[in-house]
Amino acid sequence: MADFLQLLISGLATGAIYALAAIGFTLLWQTSQTINFAQGEFVMLPAFFALVAMTWLGLPFAVAVVIAIVCSMLVLGLMFKVVVVQPLIKQGVLPLVISTIALSVLLKEGVKDVYSAEAQPFPTLFPDVTLSVAGVAVSLAQVGVLVVAFGTIVALQWFLGATRIGRQMQATAQNPTVARILGVPVERMILYTFLINAVLAAMASILISPIYLAKFSNGESLGLAAFVAAIVGGFNQVRGAIVGGLLIGVVDNLAAAYVSTSYRQAVPLILLVAIILFRPQGLLGRREERAV
Amino acid sequence: MKRATLLGLAFALGLAMPVMAQDTIKIPNIIELSGGGATVGNNWKNGSQLAAEEINAAGGILGKKIRLEFVDTASDPGKARAAVQRALDEEPIAIFGPIYSGSVSATLKLTADAETAQIMGGEAANLTAQGSKYLFRTSFGQNVSMPKIANYLRDEVKAKSVAVVYVNNDFGKGGRDAIIKELKERNIAVAADLSTEAGQADFAADVIKLKGANADAIFVYLNEEESARFLREAKKQGLNRPLIGETTLLGQKVIDLAGDAADGVKGHVGLTVDAPIPAIQEFGRKFQARYNYKPDHNGVKGYIAVYMLKAAAEKAGKLQPKAIAAALHGLTITPDKTPGILIEATWDDTGEIDRISFLGEVKDGKQVITQILPKLKK
Amino acid sequence: MISPRLAWLLVALGALMLVLAPIDLTGIGIPYPGLKRYGTYIMTLWLVTAIAAMGVNLIVGYAGLETLAQAAFVGIGAYVTALMVKAGWPFGLAFLASGVAAFAVGIMLGFPALRVRKHYLAFVTLAFSVLAWLVFRNEQWLTGGVMGIGDISRPTLFGHTLRRHVDFYWFVLAITAVLTFALWWIIRSPWGRAFTALRENPIRAESLGVDVRLYTLLAFAIGSAYGGLAGSLYAPLVEFIDPNPFALGPSLLFMLMVVVGGAGRFAGPFVGAAVAVLLPEWLRFAEGFYLLIYAVLVMTMMAFCPTGIMGLAERLLPARRRPTAAATAPLLGEAKP
Repeated sequence: MADFLQLLISGLATGAIYALAAIGFTLLWQTSQTINFAQGEFVMLPAFFALVAMTWLGLPFAVAVVIAIVCSMLVLGLMFKVVVVQPLIKQGVLPLVISTIALSVLLKEGVKDVYSAEAQPFPTLFPDVTLSVAGVAVSLAQVGVLVVAFGTIVALQWFLGATRIGRQMQATAQNPTVARILGVPVERMILYTFLINAVLAAMASILISPIYLAKFSNGESLGLAAFVAAIVGGFNQVRGAIVGGLLIGVVDNLAAAYVSTSYRQAVPLILLVAIILFRPQGLLGRREERAV
Repeated sequence: MKRATLLGLAFALGLAMPVMAQDTIKIPNIIELSGGGATVGNNWKNGSQLAAEEINAAGGILGKKIRLEFVDTASDPGKARAAVQRALDEEPIAIFGPIYSGSVSATLKLTADAETAQIMGGEAANLTAQGSKYLFRTSFGQNVSMPKIANYLRDEVKAKSVAVVYVNNDFGKGGRDAIIKELKERNIAVAADLSTEAGQADFAADVIKLKGANADAIFVYLNEEESARFLREAKKQGLNRPLIGETTLLGQKVIDLAGDAADGVKGHVGLTVDAPIPAIQEFGRKFQARYNYKPDHNGVKGYIAVYMLKAAAEKAGKLQPKAIAAALHGLTITPDKTPGILIEATWDDTGEIDRISFLGEVKDGKQVITQILPKLKK
Repeated sequence: MISPRLAWLLVALGALMLVLAPIDLTGIGIPYPGLKRYGTYIMTLWLVTAIAAMGVNLIVGYAGLETLAQAAFVGIGAYVTALMVKAGWPFGLAFLASGVAAFAVGIMLGFPALRVRKHYLAFVTLAFSVLAWLVFRNEQWLTGGVMGIGDISRPTLFGHTLRRHVDFYWFVLAITAVLTFALWWIIRSPWGRAFTALRENPIRAESLGVDVRLYTLLAFAIGSAYGGLAGSLYAPLVEFIDPNPFALGPSLLFMLMVVVGGAGRFAGPFVGAAVAVLLPEWLRFAEGFYLLIYAVLVMTMMAFCPTGIMGLAERLLPARRRPTAAATAPLLGEAKP
């Protein structure tokens, strides 16, 4: 039982990170039909913004974190929207998919060539303390990851549901044509989702890098996990992405312990296929009215 | 179709162009610069580049300057084979790389057919067993290192049962197969046999399984980053069994990444920059100064590869591929004649390397060498 | 306008040049030294890659589906061939078995996915791609695991071994020609027109009596079979296989290759494969940075000419009109207004 709890907590902490990446993934899809194959690299990159600020500019960690978030908003939010997505949005989904695949190569190789091919240690926001609760070892970092991730998610939900801009964004996501008729500044709302995605990616990056270590190739597994989480949860629901992310994190750990370590990656994917076949709208998704 | 054909032909013509003659000697490095092996390949690249610069500054090889050419295999055997084939068409004096054992397997026949020495970084046991007269290791094969570990587990740790955790790539799987064979020969039980993924971040499940296995010792055979993550999780969950490793687990990089979680780790160490030999530590400092990070053993491999070539060419007295390969067989390179070799090393008829190695442990964030294991043959 | 007769002449000339590519022509007064071993090898690799890319083009460019698993199908073909050849079966049989195996897996994969919703095939293929790679890697008793399978001998033809690079190149060239012709026939047949109709307007196609599900499924399975056949040639070409070239990343690159070459254009896969296989060659001066340049080129290309290199060529040669694909039709799904 203690083992099970241990796995559950570890899985939830990893899953919370996946959820952050999956939410952004879902938001981009909803508002601009962007399937972002570089989402994993978006989570990899902000840690390097922070590292550059610390090692090249000699800034303290707290400042570096702020710089990482701002740089992410500029590069992964604004520039991504204007330079990559905007020119392609009228061309249909496939050219944009190809472009994001190329972008993932660009970011990965760029970090490798400019910074380092080596894994880098990354400072943690939380002190290195391990608590023992009922035979379960829980590090403060794990608790911190869960708290910050859930805090971010709650804040996002509040923003989307309770503020005027948030509701306009939701309207844009559900039906841009109607939203435009109703006077919603659709273009600006789309830009906001890109900025939110960038902030979520930066949060995920700063939370996960102390555990994963910052490395140019981290995006490969993260991107896949976010993708799977988004589909499992329902591609059109922020809540779905959260559940999907947590589920993938937990299932991965349970699979490693109780199924087979060499096939641990297979279990979330089999779950994905089962969901597509039996509940294609995802766990929490609505049936989409429009033809996708 | 037709435009494609014309285009194809245009490339073909380009490919068929004769190679420009050069007054420096070009040595192709066919290594993993992108894909799964990027870290390994970049270490090799920097190490070999450092050696080439030193050699050129000191007058080159047999009076000729050398220039290293780096070709990316993208960690793919098919591309590695293409790159090695291309390099051989230009008739180099030797080929460096690849480092991934799979890519070495895919290319060793080509270099054997071309009678050109292939100085590579693969550690899988079966590479030198395939009968090529032109393949040379730059580090111990697992056929050499694993018996040493098994002896250590039996004689020093006095383990009756051992759990094995390895990374599922050609490096880890090769080591796992070799150690399990050696353990069986010594009547040591294998209590658990756990495969992990390259790039895996969460080791909670693996550590729980190891706790349940109740082995006398745990043999950890992972790459650097995964070693560090594993050690942290092991410490967190209070895994109180001796953790035994081979070279990487005791490396400075793992210690840096894992922090105090690495304390108490023990095992066998091949050639690393932490070895208690001044020449090696000096190399580590030079590398650090030039590239701003500490090399792993692949950096050392790239570095000594260039010096191997230099010593062999000087013994052969000419820059001719077949003569260089012949000169490497049975060659002992000593640091007093060739300082860049770092430790005295000998290559046998199969291209296997023999040199001293170390037993060590991690104490207070530092690797401490407790015993020096002599060369296998005198 | 190029007359059909001239077009055929150019194709024939191109084919002749491909056949002669590895031969030293200086003896008959033409200053062309012929390809060396490497050049021949890379041309063979280009052909093999193009076969797999042709399959992707059928799926993506003509049937309007998407596949993220072509490298896995190449892997299925490569492993089937490697295992059968090592067990002493003739190559011809292994080649057929590779195609059939990939076709069958394609049907099994496509059937349930297409039942649900057309574009969910992409997600299912993505999952399948990783699952197939895990099986290649973990089932060591069968596939050799991460250590791979070595010493895959090249086939013999009428008692003549194709061990030499040049002989094997001609062999692959002949097979490529047959497969290219077969695909050309499929696309020109009423059957192929149904694919295109489907991509242009699925609802109308259905109302005209096209069995949408059956046709898309067959397009996917045939495209996947081309992957299997390419794999069957890949194994004896490299003479060694391990799971790395059959992972998810290479599958994405196959998609990328086809779109960069020009999806829905017959020559697209050949151009795309040439760019993918030969680009490191042209960017040799850039050493480690060639992937950065490649990525930027692809992104620029997509932004300014999403129809790929062939689309660009068509635009630059406005006199030539071909009823290939409607360049304006959005690929994969409908863009939102």
